[in-house]
Amino acid sequence: MTLDTNLNHVKTEAELKDLINNNESVMVCCGRMGPMCLPVYDVMEQLEGSDEYGHVVFRDMLFDNPEAAAIRDLPECSSFRGLPFTVYYRNGKVVKATSSIQNKDQVTGILDEVFEK
Amino acid sequence: MKKYDVIILGAGPAGLTAGIYLSRARQSVLILDKGTVGGQVILTHAVANYPGLPELSGYKLASEMKKQAADFGCDILGNTSIKDFNFKGEEKVVITDSGEYSSRAVILAVGGQPRKLGLESEEKFQGRGISYCATCDGDFFTDQDIVVVGGGNSALEEAVSLTTYARSVTIIHQFDHFQGYPHAIKAAGDNPKIRFMMESEILEFTGDTDLTGVRILNKRDGSEQQLAVTGAFIFIGYQPGSKLFENCVRLNQRGEILVDEMMATDVPGVFAAGDVRQKKFRQITTAVSDGTTAALGVMDYLVGPDPDKE
Repeated sequence: MTLDTNLNHVKTEAELKDLINNNESVMVCCGRMGPMCLPVYDVMEQLEGSDEYGHVVFRDMLFDNPEAAAIRDLPECSSFRGLPFTVYYRNGKVVKATSSIQNKDQVTGILDEVFEK
Repeated sequence: MKKYDVIILGAGPAGLTAGIYLSRARQSVLILDKGTVGGQVILTHAVANYPGLPELSGYKLASEMKKQAADFGCDILGNTSIKDFNFKGEEKVVITDSGEYSSRAVILAVGGQPRKLGLESEEKFQGRGISYCATCDGDFFTDQDIVVVGGGNSALEEAVSLTTYARSVTIIHQFDHFQGYPHAIKAAGDNPKIRFMMESEILEFTGDTDLTGVRILNKRDGSEQQLAVTGAFIFIGYQPGSKLFENCVRLNQRGEILVDEMMATDVPGVFAAGDVRQKKFRQITTAVSDGTTAALGVMDYLVGPDPDKE
């Protein structure tokens, strides 16, 4: 399975580390092409093209990719039992993580809360 | 303020079909949706009964409809919230978080949302034990005890599918009988992993950070019991997304918009189509049918009846 989205995909743990260590504000959605995940990708695609959230790097990662253990096994995701796992990194550290579907208001609420413009 | 001939609120099959018909008829059309374009269809993993197409995902079907509507010239905006509107006069006005728009006619095709139990504890455990998608999240509950809430076809069929993963599935239903089809009831009844709690309802989901149990009311004798489960899947139907329009157009007791045979509401120039309107059957094909009728109704309203049909 691949992620058929317009977002850039993270494929390896090394790539993820590089991404979060070299960008101040990063949002990664780790999921499948399922009904709970698609709306989150859709919101991210829309925000990625906006002026308001140009300071955030948006990426997705296939949940079933063995390298996605870097997200699946995060302590912040240990109790998650709903796709997708969405993780927000600031300066390389996890500052927020959510499980299951999120709408635009919920996503932008978190972005405004955890990232500086 | 940007002007259109028609604004369609809702980008599910009804809204997109109406957009296709109207833009083909050379009307300028804006389609707005508060969520992902495609509506509830994208929640369907496999659509096997849409005429003329082999089995495909709901997402794929919705994507094709969206592309077709855009190719005909519709402007389509997803994840756009309506802040205010005024449909009283000849000029209809819609104010959103991304701009202000006006039109001569409006189609309300906002569909519905999965119905929730409405318990305070429900939000807390979503994604931490509570789910609305068995196919998405079933494998998180391998060898665990879970409940399914509901008594229609969705609840029964998803309960059976969840037995692939779960150790046990308890179906909790508020009535003494199921609303599902006989074959779905039999499939659930024949499954040794499934048990039933009829005339019962969940009072509370319990746990610290994760779901660990549910408190259940037996409606027959008023007794309560605690059931230790780590998962709860809720399939109790859909509710129309008409709340925003309850003071604008006429609704029935269930909150469904009332329309005539042309999909016209009681407000001139305002039409409704798809799952948000009063009707018995809610299928992709019936939504497409509604969208077609509403578009033709709008054309009658805007330019008069088609002379070839008179």
